[in-house]
Order: sequence, then C-alpha cells, then structure tokens
Amino acid sequence: MGCIEPTMQLAPTEVLDPTDDAVAEPDRPWVVIVWNDPINLMSYVAWVFQKLFGYNRDKAHRLMLQVHHDGRAVVSNGSREKAELDVFRLHEHGLWATMQHDE
Amino acid sequence: MTPRKRVRRTRRGDFEVRLSEGERELLRSLPVQLRDLLDTDDPSLVRLFPPAYLDDPERDAEYQRLMREDLLARHADALGRLEATADATRLAEDELLAWMRALNSLRLVLGTRLDVSEDLHTLPDDDPRAPTFAVYSYLGWLEEQVVDALGEPG
Repeated sequence: MGCIEPTMQLAPTEVLDPTDDAVAEPDRPWVVIVWNDPINLMSYVAWVFQKLFGYNRDKAHRLMLQVHHDGRAVVSNGSREKAELDVFRLHEHGLWATMQHDE
Repeated sequence: MTPRKRVRRTRRGDFEVRLSEGERELLRSLPVQLRDLLDTDDPSLVRLFPPAYLDDPERDAEYQRLMREDLLARHADALGRLEATADATRLAEDELLAWMRALNSLRLVLGTRLDVSEDLHTLPDDDPRAPTFAVYSYLGWLEEQVVDALGEPG
C-alpha cells in the first residue's frame, strides 16, 4: 500500500548465522500491528498514531485507512523491548495491537 | 449550519467544555460503574486487555503477568479523572486527554456488550439494547468532539 516507511527493513537480520535461532533472535526486528475493529473511531485512531509515534497528520491518516480497509497495518517496529512498549501504549489507548517477528 | 462545538481549545491553551447537566450526570456515573467492573473478569472487558502476542501463548502469558496490572491502573486512572472533572467547564489538556481515554474505554465495553458492527447505526426503539446503544452513540459523538478539539492548533 506504500504506507510503510522503508526504514523498517534496515535491521541487520543477515549478519548472524541464520541457522542459530538462539543467537539470531535478539537482532530480528519486531513489528507492531494494529487490527481493525468496529468500535474505535477513525478520527481517534489517526490521532493516536500522531500522538504516540509523532507521525504527521497525513501519514497517520494513511495508516488508519490501511487498518480500516486491509484489516491491519504495521504501525511501528524495532527491538522487542520497544515493540512491547508501543503495544502497551496502544493498549492504554484502547487499540487492538499485537507484535510479531518481522517476516 | 454547523452546530457550535461543545469542546474547544481556548486562547489560553486550555479547553472549554459545554455540556448539559444530564450529560455531566452520565459522565459522573459511568466511570464508577466501569471501575467496579475492572476488578472482575467480566467478558465485556476483553477489549481493554488485548493479547500482545497472537500466536505465542507463553510469551503472551509473560507479557500479561508483567503488564496487566499497569494497564489496569492506567484505565482506572483515566476513569477516575473523568469522574472527578465531570462538572468542570474548563479542562487542562492532560485532563481532556484522560477524558478521551476514559470515553474510549467506556465505548469499548459498551460496544463489546452490544456486539456492534461497522454497519450498526441505529436500533428500533423497542429493541432491548436501544438504551445502551443510545449511550454508546452519545459517547462516540462526545469523543469525536474531544479528538477534534485536541487536534486544533494551540
């Protein structure tokens, strides 16, 4: 959809031996996903993206529409600790957010 | 004709809130009810405490063990602040932010109970869910006003 910034691909997933999961895992990036739901207002969801992630109005609106139309959107990424904090802040605001390894 | 905004940013940087006594009574009473409910395992709370990991039950259990209490405290804090300031005609920005989160929590619980879908806009008056749906719709209208006001340039 062209909504996600290319920076999310920058994490160094290839520098470690991919056969050694225990070593590779800490450097595999995580993505935070927001899922569509019928309760949260569209204006509210866009506002939360602006407020929590510092996205400008246009980017926040595009991400909100991606959630609405595609059922989900990646809204942030990073280390496991950062992703867990982002998930918590989204839950604090009532959004349906989960995290998983970047695919 | 556009109806006058009921929540708006003032030149001093705080917010003016114009609501009827009936509306304020609702905003006083609903947070108390939800705060009492937060201490239970009522199924309508499911949207306030979503899973963090969808396909990793072990990690999710660990996440919930570490974070659920904090999340509950944050939800309860916003509800308490809405209740405490329900009669205010002027709100500081952080108070209005608490209103917004509390209104959203209330809508998540009521919407879960009503099993709302995006296509549900009205209910017939004789539907037993009509009174709850009226409150749900009102809270959505008010939350929209709050989001608009917070988005106004300071």
